[in-house]
Amino acid sequence: MNIAIASGKGGTGKTTVSVNLTSYLCRTRPAVLVDLDVEEPNAGLFLETEVVSKTITYKQIPVWNQASCTSCGLCARVCEFNAVIQIKDDILIFPELCHSCGACVGLCPANALVMESKEMGVITHSRKEKLDFVESRLNPGEEQAVPQIRETKSYLARNFNDSMLCIMDAPPGTSCPVVEVVRDADVVLFVAEPTPFGLHDLQLAVKAARSLGKEPAVIINRVGIGNEDTESFCREQSLRVIARIPNDREIARSYSDGKLLFEEFPSVRSAMESVKGYLDEAEQRFFANQAKANQAKVRQEINP
Amino acid sequence: MKEIVVISGKGGTGKTSVTASLAILGGESLVVADCDVDAANLHLLLTPEVQYREDFYSGKEAEINPRICTDCGICAEVCHYGAILQPTDTGQWIIDKNRCEGCGYCSHVCPASAITLSSAYSGEWFRSKTRTGGFMVHAELAAGADNSGKLVARVKNEARKSANEAGADYVLVDGSPGIGCPVISSLSGAAFVVLVTEPTKSALHDLRRVYEIVRKFSISAGCVINKADLNPGVENEILGFLQEENIPLLGTLPYDSVFSEAMTAGMTIVEYTRGEITGRVEDIWEHLLREVSSRK
Amino acid sequence: MRVVITAAGREWDSQVDQRFGRAACFFCYNDEDGTIQIIDNQSAAGEAHGAGTKAAATVAEYEPQVLITGNGPGQNAESVLSRTGVEVYIGAGGMTVKEAYDAWCGGKLSRA
Repeated sequence: MNIAIASGKGGTGKTTVSVNLTSYLCRTRPAVLVDLDVEEPNAGLFLETEVVSKTITYKQIPVWNQASCTSCGLCARVCEFNAVIQIKDDILIFPELCHSCGACVGLCPANALVMESKEMGVITHSRKEKLDFVESRLNPGEEQAVPQIRETKSYLARNFNDSMLCIMDAPPGTSCPVVEVVRDADVVLFVAEPTPFGLHDLQLAVKAARSLGKEPAVIINRVGIGNEDTESFCREQSLRVIARIPNDREIARSYSDGKLLFEEFPSVRSAMESVKGYLDEAEQRFFANQAKANQAKVRQEINP
Repeated sequence: MKEIVVISGKGGTGKTSVTASLAILGGESLVVADCDVDAANLHLLLTPEVQYREDFYSGKEAEINPRICTDCGICAEVCHYGAILQPTDTGQWIIDKNRCEGCGYCSHVCPASAITLSSAYSGEWFRSKTRTGGFMVHAELAAGADNSGKLVARVKNEARKSANEAGADYVLVDGSPGIGCPVISSLSGAAFVVLVTEPTKSALHDLRRVYEIVRKFSISAGCVINKADLNPGVENEILGFLQEENIPLLGTLPYDSVFSEAMTAGMTIVEYTRGEITGRVEDIWEHLLREVSSRK
Repeated sequence: MRVVITAAGREWDSQVDQRFGRAACFFCYNDEDGTIQIIDNQSAAGEAHGAGTKAAATVAEYEPQVLITGNGPGQNAESVLSRTGVEVYIGAGGMTVKEAYDAWCGGKLSRA
């Protein structure tokens, strides 16, 4: 089961919740933490896991064969991303700009371009006791998070079965990379602050999630600052608030040192316990749905 | 007219709160540009009155005309994103806008020319007047739309235009988060960069990465450490980094509930409290102006 | 010699556009015959991504020997330009087109 932890705004405590939740769950069961903030993965700063494997990710980019090229320039004209540039008889290709659509390769009348694999990033898999940590990192200079996130999702599918709890720490914001994470998630949790900024960004994030057909639940962080508007919004929108973490200078200080919080602060521990309760429920639904789907499949196989 | 860009790498360090305070202190001498379009929040503090609005288009998206489509399915075969689907209920080929990246491959291979590529609606931008009497340019992304260098460039361009017309000395930019394309676009044309950070491990980590980009463009920078008293150990690490890179410290701000109180009241720090913190922000603003004017 | 300056407007006293990829236009001056040509950069400046490479391809068509700009082209644009052999000079931000041209003539601008 995949759980996406997201937030419209950066710095609301998304990574803190992901790290603490996974570590909390792992006291009793195995779980995977996946850092999908591929531009700036930070969750590893809070963990002391040992590296099990490193997997290089590739994307497909065109490679030019000058000998067959007729310099017609079609490849450069069709590229909507300006990743293929013609300078006289030369074709230049910019892998960081390329979206791997294959149009230049497929449309070239002289077959002078072929798709080849190029390194895009790395997936680092590490482990400590029951906790598996998968960090996904783009190489410097690479601009597109989405293909790296896709590769990481397929890595997860290859290495863990459906029943494994995968906690996915999404990038901040509401744009394409977040959509890519939330799209296939079975559970979506938003971490929000009860401030005007936090509320505004939560509203945008909820709208985006619902447009993907996902019903998110909310964890409110730094309760005590701001006002009641975030709570009222959740009530009006029938969004379930599943946990509240109080605002506490000592929590902030402990975080700044990169420490796990639930061990030290009972308030964080009880918040994690609430989230765990919510996930247990979600898991039961998940398995029930899976069983239903399997039954349907079996029925279809018997009576085609 | 000079452009000052405020960035932070990591979210939640107080970048927008600091920008809003500087905007109030600068008053009519500056035009504000909110380039943090993913989470545009500056308007919540500066309560701008919109004077002009315009739709914004960025990137492309494909569309299939069902009347011309001959149901050959070639488009779906070439699409690398799995964005062309044929739902069984209607049997009509459609484009999943969430998956379409606007490459146009399908439109080139369609034998019936049933697919067109058009600019994708991605939100609105506004020119407004703030309560300081100065102008502000900001934008709102459509849900699920991608922030892009183009939108950031547009917001900055309009802000520059307003500054020229109003005879303002500065454009103050609330920069984009992260280290990707939007932040690079935020930085282009900047005269000076303000790095807002906090003494946490993750903020320092991101500060280092975002500064690499600033350095690559050879733009001068200064730093504000927010929540400075939270962790003296990490604060020292930040100070060490600043020294190494020869980045002036513009000032520090304490970890104080007054920041969120001000935000909740819809005000900037310098308006909400007249205390010591306001004095510190004023010092940062003056220090910043000295740094900016000492550079040609 | 053909000189290209990134410009916000079409005149000698227009401001230099600090940016390369999303510059408003390219002010192209041929100092042998004194002709001026303005290349509009709307199409590259309007790109969501890859404005730099597209603008560089546009500039390359004019076959200039010198390019004068503000902050300097990004990495991608630079590698397109390097194929054309054009010499890139930076640091003209804040100047007018005329001032930038004079500064370059006087050897006051640095190579990117």
